[in-house]
Amino acid sequence: MTDSEIPPLLLQTPFHSRVADACEINLWEDWKGYTTPAAYSNVELEYFAMRNSASIFDITPMTKYRITGTDGHAYLDRLVTRNLKKLDVGRVMYTAWCNDEGKVIDDGTIFHINDDTFILCSQERHLDWLEWSALGFDVKIEDVTEQIAALSFQGPTSCAILKKMDLEGVENLKPFDLHHYPFQQTELMVSRTGFTADLGYELWISPEHAENLWDALMKAGEDYNIKPVGSEALQIARVEAGFIQAGVEFVPAEQEVRVERSRSPYELGLGWLVHLKKSNFNGQQALKEEKLNGSRFRFTRLDVQGNKPAENSFIFNQQKKVVGMVTSAAWVPTAKRNIAFASLEMPWGKPGDELWAEIYYLRELKWARVLEKCTVLEEPIFDPERRHATPALDY
Amino acid sequence: MTDSNHIDVVIVGAGHNGLVSAAYLSKSGLKVLLLEASNKVGGAATTSEFSEGFSVSECAHFLYSLHPTIVKDLQLADHGLSYAATDLETIALSSDGKHIRIAGSVIQGEDVTPSDIDNYRQFHAQMKRFAKVLATTFADRPPRLVNNDMKDKMSLLKLGWNARKMGKQEMQELLRIGAINIYDVLNENLDNQLLKGALSLEAVLGSHTGPRSPNTVLGLLYRRVGETFGFNGPAIPTGGMGNVSNAIASSATSLGATIRTGSRVERILIQEQKVAGVELDNGEIINCSRVISNADPKSTFSKLVGYPQLETGFSRRAANIRMKGNTAKLHLALDALPEFAGLNANDIGSRLVIAPDPDYVESAFNHAKYGEFSEHPIMEISIPSVHDTSLAPAGKHVLSAVVQYAPHNLKQGWSEANNEFKALLIDLLESYAPGLKKLIVDSELLSPADFESRFGTTAGHWHHGELALDQFLMLRPFPGMSQYTTPIGGLFLCGAGCHPGGNVMGLVGRNCANTLLEVGATSD
Repeated sequence: MTDSEIPPLLLQTPFHSRVADACEINLWEDWKGYTTPAAYSNVELEYFAMRNSASIFDITPMTKYRITGTDGHAYLDRLVTRNLKKLDVGRVMYTAWCNDEGKVIDDGTIFHINDDTFILCSQERHLDWLEWSALGFDVKIEDVTEQIAALSFQGPTSCAILKKMDLEGVENLKPFDLHHYPFQQTELMVSRTGFTADLGYELWISPEHAENLWDALMKAGEDYNIKPVGSEALQIARVEAGFIQAGVEFVPAEQEVRVERSRSPYELGLGWLVHLKKSNFNGQQALKEEKLNGSRFRFTRLDVQGNKPAENSFIFNQQKKVVGMVTSAAWVPTAKRNIAFASLEMPWGKPGDELWAEIYYLRELKWARVLEKCTVLEEPIFDPERRHATPALDY
Repeated sequence: MTDSNHIDVVIVGAGHNGLVSAAYLSKSGLKVLLLEASNKVGGAATTSEFSEGFSVSECAHFLYSLHPTIVKDLQLADHGLSYAATDLETIALSSDGKHIRIAGSVIQGEDVTPSDIDNYRQFHAQMKRFAKVLATTFADRPPRLVNNDMKDKMSLLKLGWNARKMGKQEMQELLRIGAINIYDVLNENLDNQLLKGALSLEAVLGSHTGPRSPNTVLGLLYRRVGETFGFNGPAIPTGGMGNVSNAIASSATSLGATIRTGSRVERILIQEQKVAGVELDNGEIINCSRVISNADPKSTFSKLVGYPQLETGFSRRAANIRMKGNTAKLHLALDALPEFAGLNANDIGSRLVIAPDPDYVESAFNHAKYGEFSEHPIMEISIPSVHDTSLAPAGKHVLSAVVQYAPHNLKQGWSEANNEFKALLIDLLESYAPGLKKLIVDSELLSPADFESRFGTTAGHWHHGELALDQFLMLRPFPGMSQYTTPIGGLFLCGAGCHPGGNVMGLVGRNCANTLLEVGATSD
């Protein structure tokens, strides 16, 4: 085998030629077996494009499963914690799914494409769990991760750009709507979903049309400060939006080795996704018991004093006892706050609790330590009107 | 409720365990309805007339571990249980006629040496001691390790204590051999090949294992548990195994249970994770808040309940129960008593075994691994008509043989292979009993496929799941479902798939009834 015959160890997404051209600083990372940019140029500029104009983020590596068959709806309803029977065709639902012990395997979105077809989109891979769950159901489950190219297209000017691309009526999509539009010689699926808590869309297309989609977006967005963004910018926006991530905020339940490393939905602030009264679903019995007997942990969003991100910090209570730790942290520029997500032992983390973050930081090879006071956040810190407004606001 | 139609418990399937459950629950004053798909009670513990005038136990043909408490509690003797023969000897057949006779701890035979006799006496005694430890928990629900329950803790302590009080060396030996294969253990203890062959057969009967498979010592111990229940060898119930079931059914009926045969339950009705009743194949619905399934766990959860009603991890464990039926049954209607070379007429009613040596048995198993039947099968033979003339017309006889290996997933399919395998078995018998072929009036071979369609057991497995350490005690039928209760409120299991396991023992039925009575007091 010659060098040219050896395939690259990391896969390239269908947008790779465009992504590589745009990636000025050539900073790459491994995301689920794909090579993807951590940043294209400057993280702050990318972040502000996301918040103030429009941003493109290649989400092709997100795991996508297509579920078909007459039992598809019932199958998914048994799989997830939310009442999926309410999910009509043309709608998307964010939900979590658990194992029998009521611990979260992952969270993600389910797209109801047509009567018998759904797409489940998540961070982690779960084909084994999905297949086991199919016992007794007439369903077919396929991993279509490589068959669908996808972009997350977020920011206030995103709708204006799509309109410029002649996606007729795209402004009327409500949050969590999905619709198919003719695009060049193919079909483009657009869903009003995203990971930034802002006005934005996710665009789904067959891989051979991926580059055309990218080009069309960049062209239409020329006057709207459209920018491709990398994972570092998205990470800031995610923390600002208050969204958790599998493998960061929790160990996916079926990957857990040590006991008690996984978390229930209640322990991740996802209690609102659990519909205990719906018909049988995975984790129902365990979650009923947890609801009755109490959880072990509380997921808390903290406003940390100062401007040093409380990465990997221990959280102390007033008695200087460690009561938990930080899972994600960032200084978020739009809300202008220093935010940390923390997993705290019960009963800590109630609004008004006095908590302290122990932050280590490096100054010219010298480690220093500060204890910063934390306030438990009750309300989202970034939730602009344009996120919810339909028709979408024009910028 | 005072409604005269009110039913406290519906039992699905009138196998012997279902009948025992029905009797105990009725005895406690509950109104029990037993629904059986076939036209007679007993499940696999039945007698069938396979040829005009010739009857035989359909599945197991020897009784060696029916629990004495059950016999006493349910007054089975008063309800017709009697024995045509008890404490039968085993005769390990040798092709040269130099057979070995095994009666309890005593062996006899032309080629048997004094050291063979001595070794077997010791080995027999040790197995009996170990079997007694094993039997500690049989009459109770299996202890679970995690639920911090006092009764379970006591049960575990008792098990531990019974093992320990044998002495340190003996306990260590039990722990050493408990999970290993019978082949090695036999070689460590005994020299006589024929004797070891017969013991190998005993250890693997009814399972998908050969003597060199792990866990087969457990297989032997499991059968020897009967010795601690007062059996000094197998017994033959008068009228065949069906009469054991009939006696239990009669006892249950006299205690107030209602038995409906010819009533196939199609599914168990569930509302909000609780049992609501059952639906029969004719559409009839019977409302009831407690249902006991005597079906095997796999068909209970996959068919009667339906995996969608359960959670994924649970369904997966149910679907993964190891249960590959590997045992067939040969029935011959004979014009006269056959003659076995080297056996006199008094011996012929004994338990006859064809398993010349452990390697023969292992080679027989090899075929089964690849979906083929054994070229040189092993057999456990009974000619019950020697003891019980009601089974055949005057002067005529029936021969019943449990045969291995006959895998359920036979490559060529059983409808194709049935006659071929039957002919092979008859040839094998002929080699030990010359002239037998000429006596055959009629014959029948029941393959695992037949057992599946007749009795509804998944893959035709006799024990509703392999008896192996990974499916034993608190792991039977599978982890997370071991104490007869299920995630469906009001649904219980009482079949051989639960602790302690298979054989006509009745303890699963009794343990399940006790559990229901305990749980029932706090539910509803």
